[in-house]
Amino acid sequence: MSAAEPLLRVEELRVEFPGEDGVVHAVDGITYQVHAGRTLGIVGESGSGKTVASLTTLGLTRRQGANISGRISFEGQDLLALPEEQLRAIRGNEIAMIFQDPLSSLHPLYRVGAQLAEAVRAHRDTSRAQARSRAVELLGLVGIPDPARRAQEYPHEFSGGMRQRAMIAMALANDPKLLIADEPTTALDVTVQAQILALMERLQSELGMAIVIITHDLGVVAEMADEIAVMYAGRIVEMASAEAIFARPQHPYTWGLLRSIPTLTGPRAAELEAIPGSPPSLIRRPSGCHFHPRCAYAQPEHAVITPVLEPVPQEPGHQVACLLAAEERARLWSRLRAGNSAAQAQQAGPAGTGARG
Amino acid sequence: MTGYIIRRILWGVALLVIICAATFVLFRIFPTGNPAVLRAGRDPQPKEIAEIERVLGLNKPLIVQFWDYLKSVLLHFDFGYSYYSDESVRGLIGERLEATASLTIGAAVLWFIGGLGVGIVSALRRHSLLDRAAMGTALVLISAPEFWLGLIALFLFSSDIGRWKVFPGAGSYVPITSDPWKWFTSLIMPWFVLAAGGAAVYARLMRGSLIEVMGEDYIRTARAKGLEERRVTRQGVRASINPIVTLLALETGALLGGAVVVETVFNIPGVGLLAYQSITHSDFAVVQGTVLLAAMFIIVANIVVDIAYAYLDPRVRYS
Repeated sequence: MSAAEPLLRVEELRVEFPGEDGVVHAVDGITYQVHAGRTLGIVGESGSGKTVASLTTLGLTRRQGANISGRISFEGQDLLALPEEQLRAIRGNEIAMIFQDPLSSLHPLYRVGAQLAEAVRAHRDTSRAQARSRAVELLGLVGIPDPARRAQEYPHEFSGGMRQRAMIAMALANDPKLLIADEPTTALDVTVQAQILALMERLQSELGMAIVIITHDLGVVAEMADEIAVMYAGRIVEMASAEAIFARPQHPYTWGLLRSIPTLTGPRAAELEAIPGSPPSLIRRPSGCHFHPRCAYAQPEHAVITPVLEPVPQEPGHQVACLLAAEERARLWSRLRAGNSAAQAQQAGPAGTGARG
Repeated sequence: MTGYIIRRILWGVALLVIICAATFVLFRIFPTGNPAVLRAGRDPQPKEIAEIERVLGLNKPLIVQFWDYLKSVLLHFDFGYSYYSDESVRGLIGERLEATASLTIGAAVLWFIGGLGVGIVSALRRHSLLDRAAMGTALVLISAPEFWLGLIALFLFSSDIGRWKVFPGAGSYVPITSDPWKWFTSLIMPWFVLAAGGAAVYARLMRGSLIEVMGEDYIRTARAKGLEERRVTRQGVRASINPIVTLLALETGALLGGAVVVETVFNIPGVGLLAYQSITHSDFAVVQGTVLLAAMFIIVANIVVDIAYAYLDPRVRYS
């Protein structure tokens, strides 16, 4: 945690899309910060609003008729208040973004090199030839062999991993201070995923940019993130350092995410457990705590009271939005971690009993 | 690629022979009237008719007639002689080709540019008043047949019978070589009438295609790169134009069919009018010549578009 002013500060961001069936509450008052050179992981299921929040940072939800409120300040500038033309000058320049499906994210009819050169020329006053050679240099930087020849090829001639490398190269064209990576490895093979993550880590240490990595896969952020925000139905339900999230998770939803990852070192008895149900509709969200219909530990009053992010006692920097008492959460998690099922963990008993056996 | 082109051309020739046979048979088995009777004048003697049939070769077996015809078409590019005027079909078509080319090429340009232009503007200003007006007009134009539209145009705007005497009316066509300005003004109404339906279809297709493309991930990437919206749109248009180009070849047929009607309505001395008059005269030889010519253009257009497609879309490769 650096004491300096964060690079990106999102405050009470709310994004709603009016639609025929009702208003879609995609992002519902989220607050987070990203410090220069650090990595924030935003984790959640699809439809939790994590992508919309990032697209809004770049102003890409404006033309979809979204109602946006809150503040997004980047180096002291409020991005939400910036006119389109000034925001365009920041997009792809100081803040760059890469997307989930690299094939559909590259224009099928233009050569990869040309698409990179275009990103350079959008923000730099360089000649065509200079932009081309910069494109080749960038392809080399992200580890594409024979970049001069590859720059002349079309996206369909690249493999999936190569395409995502090319997307990353494009994002790096103007040395951004912040890279937003939206599910950068989801569409890729597992072995390629690891390569892409390693590449992003290497580039971060070489170029010193901050990264926001959006994913549904806690395994991905375990590697990379310094801080992690867990999102559910448009809200942040837990936020902490990566170390704290994995060691002392507080929210039942985070538990569910953690328990759905297979581990090689954990106790064998801990079976992989799916979170029951599916993410709620963002048009008609559950009342109170949005997670209560899927939560094994929900009490009747949780359907009425809306939880807010509050500091976890004795854990600086760790926040959670859960209506369970802190001691109760600690007891439940220690039992879950010991390999008990949700139902077993719930059974009354002194904290710690049966755990750490 | 070369192998593909050669194969396509050979197939095209085979197709032409089949079309030739089909029209040959069609015009002879349908009771449209015996050309020999038509030539013989009033109250002909059976002997005279038989003599004319012998001279024209109509008394030979059908298969022999067809073989003779095919040989002269393929080897000498000779389509025979008109039963009605005794002139060579090649000559008749040749002297009318200029008028038809003027009409169809001009209309095709108008069709393509008008259709795509309106479609692009409509897609980018979706649900605006302009979009609604354009798409409403397009629907009317798609539904309006050319002969009706042509007569309405003449009724409203022709300099002789028109309500507002703006453009030269029917029968005002002059070749470009004799007076370019008169040529141009006389074709303004025919161009618009012939292009209207196609342009309307293209406008709607282009609108749909562009709206779809502008929602693609790579357009989002283009915006995320910080490209100016003008450049983002250009990338969208580039991608959305491909499916439309494929339709161009199919539309050649509609264009040539429309030319027959428009030339007749506006009395333009082109191949279309020739075809129409030959049909009314049961002048098989000329009808067949015009049908073959049209078929040839459609086949060539299809081959050209298929080849062009490989250049427009790098993912398409023929082998």
